[in-house]
Amino acid sequence: MTDEHRKVEVDEISGVNTTGHEWDGLKELNNPLPRWWVWVFVACCIWGAWYWVIYPSWPIPGGATKGTSGYTQYDELKASQAEIIKRQEAYLDKFDKSSFEDVMKDPELYSFAVAGGSAAFKDNCATCHGTGAEGGKGYPNLNDDDWLWGGTINDIYTTISYGIRSGHEEARSSQMPAFGKDSILKKEEIEQVVDYVLGLSEGKSNEAMPGYAIFQSNCASCHGADAKGGRDFGAPNLSDAIWLYGGTKDEVTNTVYNAHAGVMPTWQARLGDSTVRQLAIYVHQLGGGEKDETKSVQTGVQSPVESPVQVSE
Amino acid sequence: MGCSSKDGQCKNSCATAAPTDDIQLFKKQERIYPKKVKGKFRTIKWVLMVLCLAFYYLAPFIRWDRGPNAPDQAILIDLVKGRAYWFWFEIWPQEVYILTGILVVAAIALFFVTSLFGRVWCGFFCFQTVWTDLFVWVERMIQGDSFQRKKLHEGPWTVAKIFKLGATYLSWFLISWATAGSFVLYFNDAPTLVRSFFEFNVSTTVLAFIIGLTTSTYILAGFAREQVCTYMCPYARFQSAMFDKDTLIISYDQKRGEPRGKHKKGADWSGLGDCVDCTACVQVCPTGIDIRDGLQMECIACGLCIDACDEVMDKVGLPRGLIAYHTERYFDERTTEKKEKFKFIRPRTIYYAVILTVVSTVMLSALIGRSPLELAVLHDRNPLFVKLSNGNIRNGYDIKILNKTHDHRHYTLSVDGIENADIRLNSAGDVPINQIYVEADSVGHYKVFVESKIEPQEPFDIKFYLKDNETGEQVKHETMFITKRIEK
Repeated sequence: MTDEHRKVEVDEISGVNTTGHEWDGLKELNNPLPRWWVWVFVACCIWGAWYWVIYPSWPIPGGATKGTSGYTQYDELKASQAEIIKRQEAYLDKFDKSSFEDVMKDPELYSFAVAGGSAAFKDNCATCHGTGAEGGKGYPNLNDDDWLWGGTINDIYTTISYGIRSGHEEARSSQMPAFGKDSILKKEEIEQVVDYVLGLSEGKSNEAMPGYAIFQSNCASCHGADAKGGRDFGAPNLSDAIWLYGGTKDEVTNTVYNAHAGVMPTWQARLGDSTVRQLAIYVHQLGGGEKDETKSVQTGVQSPVESPVQVSE
Repeated sequence: MGCSSKDGQCKNSCATAAPTDDIQLFKKQERIYPKKVKGKFRTIKWVLMVLCLAFYYLAPFIRWDRGPNAPDQAILIDLVKGRAYWFWFEIWPQEVYILTGILVVAAIALFFVTSLFGRVWCGFFCFQTVWTDLFVWVERMIQGDSFQRKKLHEGPWTVAKIFKLGATYLSWFLISWATAGSFVLYFNDAPTLVRSFFEFNVSTTVLAFIIGLTTSTYILAGFAREQVCTYMCPYARFQSAMFDKDTLIISYDQKRGEPRGKHKKGADWSGLGDCVDCTACVQVCPTGIDIRDGLQMECIACGLCIDACDEVMDKVGLPRGLIAYHTERYFDERTTEKKEKFKFIRPRTIYYAVILTVVSTVMLSALIGRSPLELAVLHDRNPLFVKLSNGNIRNGYDIKILNKTHDHRHYTLSVDGIENADIRLNSAGDVPINQIYVEADSVGHYKVFVESKIEPQEPFDIKFYLKDNETGEQVKHETMFITKRIEK
């Protein structure tokens, strides 16, 4: 058998040698591969074996063989990170030495700050404010133009640095009384003042409403006689279209009855001044950022107050 | 394909099915020493070789003025910046479909040409053919013609052999090195790179490419040669699918040539074909085949066997064209000695011609009608819209302005499809929407806010318009305005 298979036979039709293998009269033709092909195959095998030795390759309990080169992608990652940090340093140095005003004028530094702020925002702020900074009930939307504590770059910087009711001594802080829970106002009075406040943003309220007097004596000290809020103590504008804790009658009643006081941590110590500044620029450019010179015009704070009763929305 | 049992050469082996040698599953490369030949096809090959090589080596040095803000190299692929230049034309990465189109056109052109004229690409233009030809020429200059080369290679090692082989290999190496060096010039400013190369100051990438391509050129053109066409190249295989009976091929005229045999001068021709079995056609063949075995996969259609045969036919006093560049129909079905006309117009060639025309027209109009200005607008995904304290709705967009001109430009942005809209650019400094600046040959990236007093409603389409302040050219981009959360 084997002997027969070793003999060369030529196929009559094609003129090609056969391998001698035959199945029911069909013969296998032999079109030989080039010999160098075999050498390429051998070379690949050698390369494969070499690879096993040089690089981590074989899975073993607790990891894989290390390979003589000691190669690991962790090192590569470290190297790339080091390179990035080195590249950032040049900008960072310039950024740290520039005022907000200068950064906002310099397209390069500005892009650098926005990119850095965007990354830091997603790592630290997105948990509450959302990845798009759109906020939620109780967590302010940072894209809009409604600011509790001010929307200039410096205001935002201060808020991020020290937080709100964070326990830091520089923290922004205020407290709205729980008018219902603490029995400051009666149930009917609360209902009247809620009607008045809800009517404000729709332009329906007037001084003849019973809620007007209640508002002036209880709320205006912080929120202002015109209910446009007071940023010195984080008192929200009640005449606009934005409601941090919801704008339905039930929600507003709940706010007046129980009062809310959201907390934001201080980031100064944790992130460092440079990152906080980048965050401030990032938040400022989301769409609601205010300019320093327009501050007084826009906020319209009449600051009527001695300060005892302070308010959050 | 392969050996047909009709002709003489195969007759002995085909007829007998008797066992002979051991089965060889792997074939050793037989070294081919193609003999020098003169003639029409050889001349064409020399001319084309010189033209192709001259273009390849010199083209990167052609200068082409594009103004101060763009490179002045006529042919350049700038991978770092992402630009490709070809004389008048220039493409950006987002126009890579043009490159795809060029490849499509090239493929169809190959089909078209192949169906008409056979494997002319293989025989005359292919890099493998051109460089192998050059290497063989060098080999012949140093070691002599076919017979001397064979003798030298098979003979014992002598000082002369070492010297001749050394000189050959060194020349090959230098050509390979120049070839690799020229390749990287297409991706860099040529004069600068040449200078930095001689100052030993090139990047590792450039060096790696030079080493890699020097090696591959040296091996492929010096040693692999016909092995590339026979075993590696896919085109060699599928080009036969474009053949039909009216495709021009290089073929031996069996009707006229057989029965072949030696012929003494003055002797009677009766009972003999015109082929004198001198094997001149085999000796000159760069792929080492016998064209008399019929159309073969290995044949690259270079036509050198025609030159060789014609020379012999002239000597024995017979008409030329025993091996000829003609159609299969001519060789098989011709009845008279009258030369039949080529049948150029056939369904196959019509299809190819039509497709080629259509695709080329589309590609050419895309290239010519290429706008020097493009606007891309991406609606913010998060948040989709923002409600402002005065009740207005604001949408944010990322806009990219592609200034493909070689001048710095200012643009004006406007929006259409929404009432009382206020547009504002969010960027470093205060950029007014009618003075948006974008540097020459670059992309300007801005954040845009569109704000409007509008009742919450279903999302609707709006259009952004961007006008070049200088030329007045205007482009648009459609996007949408979202005013409320989409409830499921």
